[in-house]
Parts: sequence; C-alpha cells; structure tokens
Amino acid sequence: MNYEHVLCRRVSEIPPSGIRKFFDIVSEMKDVVSLGVGEPDFHTPWSYSDAAIYSLRKGHTHYTSNWGLLELRRAIAHYMAERFHVEYDPVKEILVTVGASEGIDLALRALVEPGDEVLVPDPSYVSYMPNIRFAAGICVPVPTDAANEFKLTPDALRRAITPKTKALILPYPNNPTGAVMTRKDLEGIAAVLRDTEIMVISDEIYAELTYEGKHVSFAEIPGMWERTITLNGFSKAFAMTGWRLGYACGPRELMEVLCKIHQYTMLCASTPAQYAALEALNSGTQNEYQDVRRMVESYDRRRRLIVNGLREAGLSCHEPKGAFYAFPATPAGMDSQTFCEKLLWEKKVAAVPGDAFGITGKNFFRCSYAASNENILKAVHRIGEFVASL
Amino acid sequence: MRKLEMSILQILTEDARTPADQIAIMLGKSEEEIRETIRRLEEQRIILKYPALINWQRVDVDEVEALIEVRVTPQRDHGFDAIAEQIYRFEEVRNVYLMSGGYDLLVMLKSQTLKKLALFVAEKLSTIDGVLSTATHFVLKRYKSQGVIMDERTEDRRLQVSP
Repeated sequence: MNYEHVLCRRVSEIPPSGIRKFFDIVSEMKDVVSLGVGEPDFHTPWSYSDAAIYSLRKGHTHYTSNWGLLELRRAIAHYMAERFHVEYDPVKEILVTVGASEGIDLALRALVEPGDEVLVPDPSYVSYMPNIRFAAGICVPVPTDAANEFKLTPDALRRAITPKTKALILPYPNNPTGAVMTRKDLEGIAAVLRDTEIMVISDEIYAELTYEGKHVSFAEIPGMWERTITLNGFSKAFAMTGWRLGYACGPRELMEVLCKIHQYTMLCASTPAQYAALEALNSGTQNEYQDVRRMVESYDRRRRLIVNGLREAGLSCHEPKGAFYAFPATPAGMDSQTFCEKLLWEKKVAAVPGDAFGITGKNFFRCSYAASNENILKAVHRIGEFVASL
Repeated sequence: MRKLEMSILQILTEDARTPADQIAIMLGKSEEEIRETIRRLEEQRIILKYPALINWQRVDVDEVEALIEVRVTPQRDHGFDAIAEQIYRFEEVRNVYLMSGGYDLLVMLKSQTLKKLALFVAEKLSTIDGVLSTATHFVLKRYKSQGVIMDERTEDRRLQVSP
C-alpha cells in the first residue's frame, strides 16, 4: 500500500511539531530539569474535582446540549462580563468546547475558504498554523520582535493584509513569548481592522495570567465585538488542562456555524468536566476567584525569579507580562534547535526551541516557569554554566 | 498589614529557608527592604521561629499524642489566661487553644508512652485549681498537617515537554 497516495496531502505536508522531537528525547533521559511544560503545576482545586465526582454519583453521565449545559453557559456569560467587561448571550452566543483548542479549529473551519489567508503573530502557539492548513487556508505569519516585547504592531499588521486576508488570530497573553496587549495596543490593531471585513479569533486562554494591569479583551474595544470570536477555557486559569474544557463566544450568526461543526464532530463537551467547570465559576463568584488569585500570585513570583536568573545567566530576556513563559534570546544568535539540544545533552535542562513557534522564534527559547522555585533556580544555574561554556 | 509583609509571610510559610535575596527578586523589592521587614516581623514576634514540618510517623520513635478537652472555671480578673498558663508552661504540652463550644481549653501534648501521658493528665492537669473535667483523645494517624498531606506522592505527573 502506498500511503503517500492515499493520505490527504494538505495534512501530510504539515511538518511534525518541533516539540514532539524534544519530548521524545527528554522522555528517554533521567534527572532532567524541565522548563518545557506548557501547563500549570497546580492540581485542579479539589472542590471542582469533587463537583465532577458528585455529578457522576447523581447520574449526570449523558450528553448535554450541543452548546453545553445552559447553567454553565450562564456562569460563563457572568464571568466574561464580570472579569472582562464583554457581554454574551448564554443561549446563542456561547459554545462550550473541548478545550480552547477545539475553539481554534471550529472558528477557522467556520471562516476559512480554500486559499483564504489567516494572519498569525509570529511566534505563537503551535496549533494555529496546522489548523489553518487543515481548513485549506494559508497561514501568514506576522513577525513580532523582542524590542517591542513581541506585541503585534499596527504597522506589521497593515503590511501583512492583502485582499485575501480573512482573519487575524490574536493570541494574547502569548504562548511562547509572554507578551500582552494593553488597551492602547489593541486600539491600534482595531484602527487597522475597522474598515475591513477581517475577522478576529482572539485566543485569550491566558487572560487571567496577566501580571501588570488587567487583561483587556479584544471584543471590548469599540466596534470589535461584531468581528471577534473570543476563545477561552478552564485549563490555564483554573488548572484544569486534563479536563479539556473551553468555550467560544461571539455573535450568534457565527456561533450557529461553530456549533454546527461542533455538533457533528464532538456532539458536546464532556459532561463531568462541565460540572467541574461550573463549580470553578460558582466558587469563584463567591470567593472573588481566590484559587485563581493564589495561583497567579505564585506564577508572578516565579516569573520574576526566572527572568532574573536568565538575565544573570548572561541572556537577554524581555519581561514577559502574561502566561507562564519567559522567552530569552539564545546567546550570540545561536539557532534555537542547536542551543536547546546541547543544553539538554550537556546540562539536562529541557526548554523548547523558539522556532517550534514560528520562524521569528529561531534565536529564542521558551522557558516555562510553571515549575517549582527549586527547579527554576537549578535550571537557570545550569543554563548559566552552559552559556559560560560556549 | 501591608501587602509586602503578607507576601513575605506567605513565602516563608511555604519554605522558611527561602533566602532574603530570593524573596527580594520574587517580590520585585530590594534585598535591604526584605531583610528589614523580616527583622521587624521577628521583633514584633509575628515570626516566632523557623521550624521544619516533619512527618514523625515515618520516624521510628515511640510517641503518643493526645488532644485533651479541658473544662475550667474562669477566674475573676484573669479569665482563662491564668489557668491556660499553668497548663502551657509544661514542656510536654505542645499547643493550648481557648475554644468556643462544649469545652474551654484544647490541650495537645506529646509523650513517649501512654503511661506517662496518663499520669500527666491525672496528676498534673486534673489537679490544677479550676479544672473541672478533662476528656483525652489519642491521635491515631495524621493525614494532613499544616496544609500538607502527609503521605501524598509529590512527583510531577505532567508531560515533561508540552506545547
């Protein structure tokens, strides 16, 4: 059987993830200190897990509505309004998804015609480009740079727009750079988009993990709500990665289409996970999101620790203001794959090469600080030794 | 209390060995300011000691621990304080709390043997003037202490590299 003949070319042409290779090496090694983990190091707060267990006991083991539990959607609407000042109707404008990841896929499939261009700030999360290509679109990276703290600038955006541009993915706070966009930054982006028909997929999964000032939702910028699909979820803010639960919010005409795809592919998100998420939001409303605050405070301290350590190791590192990643430059413009491989072999520190997130990241590497203080200090110490040995 | 002081206390509660220079980095303050604040907290007897949290169940020593509910008659002018002092001055007494509810003082104590502990209650505690009655409960197992689950595995279950 010649599988090259039978496989869909659009899919097989996409190179395997640059992260996968590292994962394979690291999993063979012992005593590695890993700064490569893209998820919280907190367990899910027990009351959420307990709510899921209780839901199973009560027999909530069936499908929910395609849109998700109405009670959960109401809680999400309340949460989005309370925390980010954006209003969505829980009945027709909020779709509960299998992680924000599903939201990315749904939004792209709902919008992209073959040959449409989708703009993605570069570097960014690894899934956007493949998802755009699965939807037969063309991924157009929009370079960002360290001098600008990896923010998307109106100029770079303007230069990337063509008559074929269908959508912009706006992933802030950003994985891997830790960049955030302030209200003023977002207004600059809005000004470029205002007279166009370009849609925005605003992936705000790290919204709660914003350290200086508050996260601003793109849909809150005047005139942008109508063109924006906001993606968020429970993984990062509520330490619920393994539950796979997220949501997409937007104008009902769009959400109907996202829901159509969701209904024929996923049917609905996992029911016990939805009950856990409901508890996360309900308890958050009652105790002023004390779990979230506790975790954010802890990440913030580790953020300072790692940035300081990387700088002391002799690396140039801009200050990340969101998510839980630092994104330092490799020394002397070394390419990130070589740097990270050597660092792993020689010092047993795992970090992710920046080019896994786009070509603009080729002289940077991602260090997750969702790691213990002890491991952060150990890792930056070893990185310092490694840099000095080069 | 100021936010800085609260943050320092949180960090030290988590790990009392965290050095001042590291706390300074974590909180974005100068090392000088952190040292000064800690000194003040010690002076005000807000920070009393820097002990380790030990799981004695894993140490091969003979030891019994008991919680004793003590009902007392409060004294004029001194309330419960004088009797509490008469109790907490004994070295074997680890904790003494004034409680609301069905009894007045909760006394926690440790002893090498059951017999010594029983003797302490019978001869020292019950005979204090103003002590009306005691009820002794022995600790059989500690599951969680000071927010730490005693026998939980702490290894990282996450994938070592993920996007």
